[in-house]
Amino acid sequence: MKTKPPDSILIWFGELTTRRHLLKRGMLLLMPGMLWLMLFLVLPGLVLVLVSVITRGAYGQLEWVLTLENYRRLAGFSLFGWTADYLMILWRSAVVAFVTTLVSVLLSYPLCFFIAGRPQRTRYLWLTLVIIPFWTNMVIRTYAWFLILSPQMPIARLAAYLGIIAQGAPLYPNAFAVYLGMVSIFLPFVTLPLYASVERLDWSLVEAAKDLYASPVSVFTQAILPQTMPGLSVGIILTFVPAMGVFVVPDLLGGAKYMLVGNLIQQQFGPSRDWPFGAAISMGLMVLTLLGIMVYRRRGKDLETV
Amino acid sequence: MRRQHPLTIVVSYLTLLFLYLPLFGVAVFSVNDARRGLVWKGFTLKWYVKLFQNEWILEAAVNTLVLALVSTLIATVIGTLLAIAMDRFPWRPEASSVLDLILHIPVVIPDIILAAALVVTFGLLRMISTIFEPGLLNMIISHITFQIAFVTLVVRSRLVAIGRDVEEAARDLFASNWYLFRRIMLPLLMPGIVAGAMLAFTLSLDDFVISFFTAGPQSQTLPLYIFAAVRRGVTPQIHALSTLVMLATVGLVIMMERMTRRQEKKEEPDVPSAQIDTHGISGQPWPMTPNPCKEL
Repeated sequence: MKTKPPDSILIWFGELTTRRHLLKRGMLLLMPGMLWLMLFLVLPGLVLVLVSVITRGAYGQLEWVLTLENYRRLAGFSLFGWTADYLMILWRSAVVAFVTTLVSVLLSYPLCFFIAGRPQRTRYLWLTLVIIPFWTNMVIRTYAWFLILSPQMPIARLAAYLGIIAQGAPLYPNAFAVYLGMVSIFLPFVTLPLYASVERLDWSLVEAAKDLYASPVSVFTQAILPQTMPGLSVGIILTFVPAMGVFVVPDLLGGAKYMLVGNLIQQQFGPSRDWPFGAAISMGLMVLTLLGIMVYRRRGKDLETV
Repeated sequence: MRRQHPLTIVVSYLTLLFLYLPLFGVAVFSVNDARRGLVWKGFTLKWYVKLFQNEWILEAAVNTLVLALVSTLIATVIGTLLAIAMDRFPWRPEASSVLDLILHIPVVIPDIILAAALVVTFGLLRMISTIFEPGLLNMIISHITFQIAFVTLVVRSRLVAIGRDVEEAARDLFASNWYLFRRIMLPLLMPGIVAGAMLAFTLSLDDFVISFFTAGPQSQTLPLYIFAAVRRGVTPQIHALSTLVMLATVGLVIMMERMTRRQEKKEEPDVPSAQIDTHGISGQPWPMTPNPCKEL
């Protein structure tokens, strides 16, 4: 159908029509969705970029004076010299998102093999056990950890007994609690797409690799990993992206000392009322997230061609 | 059946325990007869009774449902039209790849960025009209925005899966546009539309960040209420509320499960392309194939 003059007559799946006529009808169907996405997705994106280079007034209002001050601040420059505070927060968020994704992948593989190995009759029940936490609200799941890690619970008592924390203290806020919460929240985001690939795994390839005396590691990298790559990729994107911007988990379990970029952004839009700086941080987060995806895609391509 | 390594089994049980232990903790303490602290004082249901006398919570529950229902309804209609428009017309390749890119934005950027962008935009729109004050309307608009993307992706994969043979046959038999849409496309598309709508509905119920940024004082939702309450200090009422929300989630998952399985059974005999399953594999409520993140 390509490169035909715009008003040529054509038979489009059984319909005798012209290209212009067809596109007119297509446009009509396209309009509501496109208008909506332009107005509330593309336009806000552009507004965010714009606001990130203007000035905050004394009372938090926007002043339309162009400046790069917000990005300078994000990079750590201020009246008092240079600090790495904001860059540290960005870096920490990337590390937390990466580790969360990695641990989720490491735990998801055994879980997927386990579910795929259940008898046909009960398999979907086991799968449902992963789907339920997937759909359970994130706030509730975070606060559930809040409860489990509180001082009166056995885990905190054990930690106090071992001398890791003070007697009667909770196991939050700290990095450990954040990771615990993050992994438990994002694990199903890897498991579910990965399972879709594991279920279709061609086990004869795995058998063949074993017959040829492949080590367990090369059985995994040569026979299993390439076959499960599609599901794994979805899982990694679905985990890494929201994990980068997560806000509830560090807010409830991390405290001020373990701040992530999500909290920093929320602060600018909430208490600090510094929209331009918040917009600049959002841009930083976006760049970092897209960078992460790009790095992964490059590495992933290498893996797929193995 | 393949023999499984004992380590696989042990790790899997531990992982599931890790997922469920905190949730069970909440459920157990929701029936504990102690006002404060986490010491077991006996069974009670009074926190559940108190829940239904709490006006704030009832209002938040209503808001949550109104928000999810209204946004899902609008997003499903718009998303379905968009999917048909994108898949069934001879667009130039550049035009459709731009559309595709826009559609994938909500998938590849953290939701907090969309939330920030919408807050700023609503803030500027307030100069034009007061209807953009923080509140339920803003929340509905925001939810629709990310829902459209997901509905469109699901419906479009269904469109690809059903192919165009039936449509072409109908055209050959002189079906009008309206007849084709109403009698041929819509029935064939229905499983995809329902799957997309259910995905949109659950995404709306699950959302916290976007609601948190766009909500006003009069438009609390249950997740927002729980979050605020936890920061003030947990109470048994919040345990009870969370347990009810979890039970509702379980109910919703089972319902989705039932629907997708029934659909699969219905389609297996006469649709040979049933393996290009569009509404999730073995009952998964996620648009797994064709993979929405593959063409990132």
